[in-house]
Amino acid sequence: MSLATENLCVGERLRNVSIQCRRGMITAICGPNGAGKSTLLSCLADLQEATSGRVMLGEQTMRFKSPRERAQWLGYLPQAPDIAWDVAVEVLVSLGRLPWSDAPSGENARAIEDAIRAMDLEELRHRPVSRLSGGERARALMARVLATQPGWLLADEPLASLDLGHAAALMRRFRQQAQQGRGVVLVLHDLATAMNHADCVVVLDKGEVVAEGPPETALTRDIVSRIWKCRAQWLGDPGERALSIASPSPASERGMRILD
Amino acid sequence: MTQLRLNLLLLFGLALVVPLSLLAGRVWIDPLSPETHNASLILMHLRLPRAVLAVTLGAGLGLTGAAMQAYLRNPLADPGLFGIAPGAALGAVLSFWTGYAASPWLLPAFALLGASGAMLLLALIAGRGGGVALFTLAGLMVSSLAGALMSLAISLSPSPFAMTEIVTWMMGALADRSWREVWIAVPCTLAGAAAIYAARRSLDALTLGEAAARSLGVDPLTLQLQIIAGVGLIIGSGVAVAGIIGFVGLMVPHLVRPLTDRRPSSLLVPSAIAGALLLLVADCLCRILPLASGELRLGIALSLLGTPFFLVLLLRMRKGLSW
Repeated sequence: MSLATENLCVGERLRNVSIQCRRGMITAICGPNGAGKSTLLSCLADLQEATSGRVMLGEQTMRFKSPRERAQWLGYLPQAPDIAWDVAVEVLVSLGRLPWSDAPSGENARAIEDAIRAMDLEELRHRPVSRLSGGERARALMARVLATQPGWLLADEPLASLDLGHAAALMRRFRQQAQQGRGVVLVLHDLATAMNHADCVVVLDKGEVVAEGPPETALTRDIVSRIWKCRAQWLGDPGERALSIASPSPASERGMRILD
Repeated sequence: MTQLRLNLLLLFGLALVVPLSLLAGRVWIDPLSPETHNASLILMHLRLPRAVLAVTLGAGLGLTGAAMQAYLRNPLADPGLFGIAPGAALGAVLSFWTGYAASPWLLPAFALLGASGAMLLLALIAGRGGGVALFTLAGLMVSSLAGALMSLAISLSPSPFAMTEIVTWMMGALADRSWREVWIAVPCTLAGAAAIYAARRSLDALTLGEAAARSLGVDPLTLQLQIIAGVGLIIGSGVAVAGIIGFVGLMVPHLVRPLTDRRPSSLLVPSAIAGALLLLVADCLCRILPLASGELRLGIALSLLGTPFFLVLLLRMRKGLSW
């Protein structure tokens, strides 16, 4: 089953966007600031109304009987959510079961336990969120989404504020989820992560799709240079790519900055 | 502490204080010597309705305080923020102004009309989006409007007696209330509590912010209507029978929160019981404190208690301590 958009328009932010994300794969949405990435993800999560066009789940226009049914299908992780109360990790993760509040309590407890285990949070389950590091917090928030056991995982910049090690670990978790048959759609700023970890990349610029396909074809050197307006070059082998960007000043063009 | 244990402990406290509150007052009733003059009259027509009102109003204030803090995701939120209390107060002031307050049912009826008007205005201004920020601003506007109209009514007061009545009533008190006020407050508070209790899971989801809450299946508009109805009925009827009693809704959730798992839904019931306990104790103290000019007004006493509490909260917030 796929999650797709057809000629989707949202004011001036998205114009005729048609993309397709598949279950079992990681789709990365990339683009410069203001390209419409978060708006597109919100539309895919059915949280933003389109001016025209439609979002399709499988062969049909996405339509749910209730917000709760939508929540059971689509797990959405907003960008750096602010947690209002200093709850323990276990309580935070249990919020992911709110769409299933009518389910038997044993089933809910099992789903919470699975999510805590999937994100390696067993040791931290009683720790208040105010005492978590950035990486631990990101894992706890991700576990909250996993506890819902949705068909689709939609995350807006999940790696923001994570160091390299934690970012790599979280990407491995996303891969595990895709391998379990979930659809994973991520808004990513880091092009090297998208190149190395995504199965499909959608490049947006000024609300329009510039490229869509496997990372090696969607994130070519030309596209990166044109859309991000910098002289870029991919280094390394497929799966271990690093992006180097030439400094705009001629004097330092000899030195490249490794981004990943 | 588990939620059940906390609730039982608070209920035990309440069960201890209610009988004591019936005995305490200007005339102390000794349960062991039944010859106190008019004891049954005092108990049945003065103390018992007053205790029931204190429990009802306190529970309502505690519950709405916890709900408001959860809805606005702000530990400093108070049930008075949305302008429903000033709306109800405006209705009551108009009943004094027009002279209808002399009729026993018309003052609360006017106050409930004022609260309903404020709720309607809130719902109309906040619109279909269900956004919390717009809703809060709408509440502040309704509050300012009701406050300004109240000042206008006071300044144009037809007689100095009406003005004195208005000012005294606005201080908030449970003195001289009867079963009539109980029959107004109890059904409205129960209906409002049902609306808030129905919203408990949505309030939990708001812990993660509006976007995440929507993604968890929360319908913002339904939640907003539940909050308007719940807070409106409870606060509107509370102000209608006892005037404005501040700070209980702010203080109680703070006192109880550290004893719970901090999930908003876990806080609703203990806040209600603790609110009932606080108001009952405060009312008893107001009753027995020896003052030359009668008894200390409950609203004043709680404001005196609440202001330093609010200051402590602000200082905690400045230090960046978590809630």
